[in-house]
Amino acid sequence: MQPKTLYDKIWESHVVVPETDAPAIIFIDLHLIHEVTSPQAFDELRERNLRLRRPDLTLGTADHSIPTTTRTLVRSDDPLAYDQVTKLDTNCAEFGVELFGIKSDKQGIVHVIGPEVGATQPGKAIVCGDSHTSTHGAFGALAFGIGTTEVGHVLASQCLLQRKAKNFEVRIDGQLREGITAKDVILYVISQIGIGGGTGCVFEFTGSAVRAMNMDARMTLCNMSIEGGARAGLVAPDETTFEYLKGRPMSPRGAEWDKAVARWRELKSDEGALYDKQIVIDGSTIEPMISFGTNPGMSMPITARVPNAGNEELKRALQYMDLKPGEPLLDHPIDVVFIGSCTNSRMTDLRAAASILKGRKVASNVRAVIVPGSHQIKKMAEDEGLDKIFVAAGAEWREAGCSMCIAMNADKLEPGQYSISTSNRNFEGRQGPGGRTMLASPLTAAASAVTGKVTDLRRMLKR
Amino acid sequence: MTKLDRVTSRVVCFTAENINTDQIIPARFLKRIDKSGFGDDLFADMKPVEVFGIADARQRQIMLCGKNFGCGSSREHAVWALRDFGFRVLISTAFADIFKENSLKNGVLTVTLEPESHQQLVSEWQKNPDAEMTVDLEKQSIAFAGLSIPFTVNSFNRTCLLEGIDELGYILRHEEQIKAFEAAR
Ligand code: SF4
Repeated sequence: MQPKTLYDKIWESHVVVPETDAPAIIFIDLHLIHEVTSPQAFDELRERNLRLRRPDLTLGTADHSIPTTTRTLVRSDDPLAYDQVTKLDTNCAEFGVELFGIKSDKQGIVHVIGPEVGATQPGKAIVCGDSHTSTHGAFGALAFGIGTTEVGHVLASQCLLQRKAKNFEVRIDGQLREGITAKDVILYVISQIGIGGGTGCVFEFTGSAVRAMNMDARMTLCNMSIEGGARAGLVAPDETTFEYLKGRPMSPRGAEWDKAVARWRELKSDEGALYDKQIVIDGSTIEPMISFGTNPGMSMPITARVPNAGNEELKRALQYMDLKPGEPLLDHPIDVVFIGSCTNSRMTDLRAAASILKGRKVASNVRAVIVPGSHQIKKMAEDEGLDKIFVAAGAEWREAGCSMCIAMNADKLEPGQYSISTSNRNFEGRQGPGGRTMLASPLTAAASAVTGKVTDLRRMLKR
Repeated sequence: MTKLDRVTSRVVCFTAENINTDQIIPARFLKRIDKSGFGDDLFADMKPVEVFGIADARQRQIMLCGKNFGCGSSREHAVWALRDFGFRVLISTAFADIFKENSLKNGVLTVTLEPESHQQLVSEWQKNPDAEMTVDLEKQSIAFAGLSIPFTVNSFNRTCLLEGIDELGYILRHEEQIKAFEAAR
């Protein structure tokens, strides 16, 4: 039998009607919904008088347009956002969907809470009206973002029309050096293949550097697959995965757990499986990465200089960022540090930031905002005393949500401000109109918060 | 879904590469809970002169776009904004995956051409920016300034667009198979 990739296997196990001229119809095991991309889909159900086929496979949370300063919504603060979040409440109630709403102790960024409650599991097909659904691929689940029309399709049929993608192996060999995180790895990968490099593909991350990563790090890696153009990213499940999932509220229990793990162990690419594309990277050569432009592909080692503006796109980007070719980024002044988002808001990330901020102060010219990915993470961090470290350093410690990753609430940059952000998109205006974003790891962000300028975190590591 | 068979119109030529959906419609406009009116917010921050420098831009139904148009966020609002603004056909050398799906589902045709053909259209447009172009989905052909450029759209997508077939209806017609699949799990 022809050897198969992990993606081939998960795909095949979800085909309801095979692909012909028409795309395949595939079954979806978990549909995550949030306030921004679901209201029009629920309207569609109502208009067509359809039921929600599988409320038991649907899970909702509010994350994008909620404030992170309080858990009480006031309509006059932002009437549109208030109505959007309230609409999610009523839609979920009407159609019987479990909702981790703003007051729930399980609330959080949709891609943080899926794994946290154990709903995200190896081998599942998972979708959400959000491109960073790729995050869940860290568990060996086929997970990708869909549009609102497709959200409606899944609500009504628990199925999607899909064409099979190509296989793209991203192998990271070797061992990462001290201070190098999954964020640096994925920024490096995207800087190499470009933001369209993975279009039409599903990434599978392999190699010893990936095997050595914990689940938080693997989620960071898969999270930004879409930034490389791939709809999904995968890491084959292993002991690290099972360890993470064991005992979570929605994980299987008892004999069911053993059966599940036995099944999950089969979820890996066969020896000799063929990939359509491949890139092999020596992980030990990766340096701390930072973005200098207006898409994540415009990233470089933090010690490098801004490249020459070869094409129109780069010229425009440097103009927007007010940076000059040949200029180093090190020591460039910054105004804001944002640590959070579905890329870097989990315990590993917060601990990393705290390891730098402990006993240090945020520079007086910098506003540092730290936003945990979920209510559970907030609680855990507080149990460990991380919040005290952050507050003592002069950073703001917030409630869970998307916050300054997308600037749909009050958390945003002023025009012209520079931020170092642990989020995933440095697009023009992403963190507020006119705001200038530099993407980096939580370690780099924290180190730069302390000095008030772009800083090589390796200077601050404990010797 | 709205049908689409043939579109004849003047053309907007905006070929910057890697235009993302945050640029097409910034996130702060995504709070509305219906699908209409997003055209007013199209390219709200970017305001590209290629679009807004044209007096009749909202009457032009065809846009020549750059490579990897629609990358980034999955927000379907981007397509709602383009359609509401007036666009029915987008022509590029490559579209981002999710954006392409979203477009087809909203009756907006994405035509992917080889770079040479795309460049021919751009060159002709530069000579005469007010010339009319015809994009014929039935014949899978673009007519512009004496050029005739063939393109292909997958036959399923083509039929959906030509006949205004709704994909959800298509999926739901497979109820028996879905039921059987669920039962076997
Ligand atoms: S944190 Fe940012 S990227 Fe992640 S889901 Fe929220 S808005 Fe999207």
